[in-house]
Amino acid sequence: MKILVVDDFSTMRRIIKNLLRDLGFTNISEADDGQTALPMLQNGDFDFLVTDWNMPGMTGIDLLKAVRADAKLQTMPVLMVTAEAKKDQIVEAAQAGVNGYVVKPFTAETLKEKIEKIFERIG
Amino acid sequence: MTDNNQNKLISLAHAKELVASLEAGDNEQAELILDQMALARDSDLFKELGKLTRELHDSLSGMHADSRIADLAEKDIPDAKERLNYVVTVTEQAAHKTLNVVEECLPVAEKLQANGKTLRDSWQKFRKKEMSSDDFRSLCLELDEFFDEASDQMSSIHKGLSDVLLAQDYQDITGQIIRRVIGLVQEVEGNLVSLVRITGQRMVAGGDTAETKEEDDKIKAVGPAVPGVDTSDVVSNQDDVDDLLSSLGF
Repeated sequence: MKILVVDDFSTMRRIIKNLLRDLGFTNISEADDGQTALPMLQNGDFDFLVTDWNMPGMTGIDLLKAVRADAKLQTMPVLMVTAEAKKDQIVEAAQAGVNGYVVKPFTAETLKEKIEKIFERIG
Repeated sequence: MTDNNQNKLISLAHAKELVASLEAGDNEQAELILDQMALARDSDLFKELGKLTRELHDSLSGMHADSRIADLAEKDIPDAKERLNYVVTVTEQAAHKTLNVVEECLPVAEKLQANGKTLRDSWQKFRKKEMSSDDFRSLCLELDEFFDEASDQMSSIHKGLSDVLLAQDYQDITGQIIRRVIGLVQEVEGNLVSLVRITGQRMVAGGDTAETKEEDDKIKAVGPAVPGVDTSDVVSNQDDVDDLLSSLGF
């Protein structure tokens, strides 16, 4: 399982990376915004995307939309881990095809639960 | 002044002409002169009116910037203070959370180390064949106990370290809030500069200060919700997010 973690704060990338490692995922790459992430996704063989929303350059919601619009990437599971907590935003992410939404600050259990749910659904 | 003198001269000349015309009984000519005098006055009036309009326009443009400044002072600055207070709270909580875990884990690690040392000493006694069979039996029991305890102790240290890891999320959350306040400070600076321009009567045409205000009607990233500041239409925890998503059929 190859995972891409996208967040503009390196501390948050490290936190998510360590939590994922704890859950048994070891093949993890990082990007600091959507602009960097998109070519990595297009050229790599990632199985799962974890992204923040609020980032300079290209935001997480735009990255999600770009992923869903890309023939090769459109079925990739995407988990949003973000401090954006407005209802409109959650609805927009859902409409754009997000597979899970975790608000910061979050617990290790929440992250685990959401990831398990995503993979359970995908089968 | 030159204009005034000319106007006066013209008026005096017109007045003399007017008197002359009236004395000559030429009413038609007198009325014509009166019209001309009125026309001169009117054009002055228009000039004055134009000047007044210009001043009014300038002060209205100034007012535009002023209203944003008032907005900043009344709403955005107190709002930023609240946000910065929240940063203080969040960083304090994260520091305490980390310190608590360290205080909990240190004695556990110390106990683990002490037990390990006791067992190592006994084990070496056994290797040197200095141990009685009774002592060996009790060593076996101690070893069993140690293995059980060590497993629990290691998992509590692991949990503690995971908590410390997660506590570092304050940097992301406070970083986003501080960036937003920096944006506000820059806006205040810009507004102060244009305020100085206005009061210095050197304002550049067109009020561009109001355009920097955020448009709220568009969905855009706003950063972490701050309790007491962001209250409308914001979910307060993960359960709310889950409820909202499940109401959408997720």
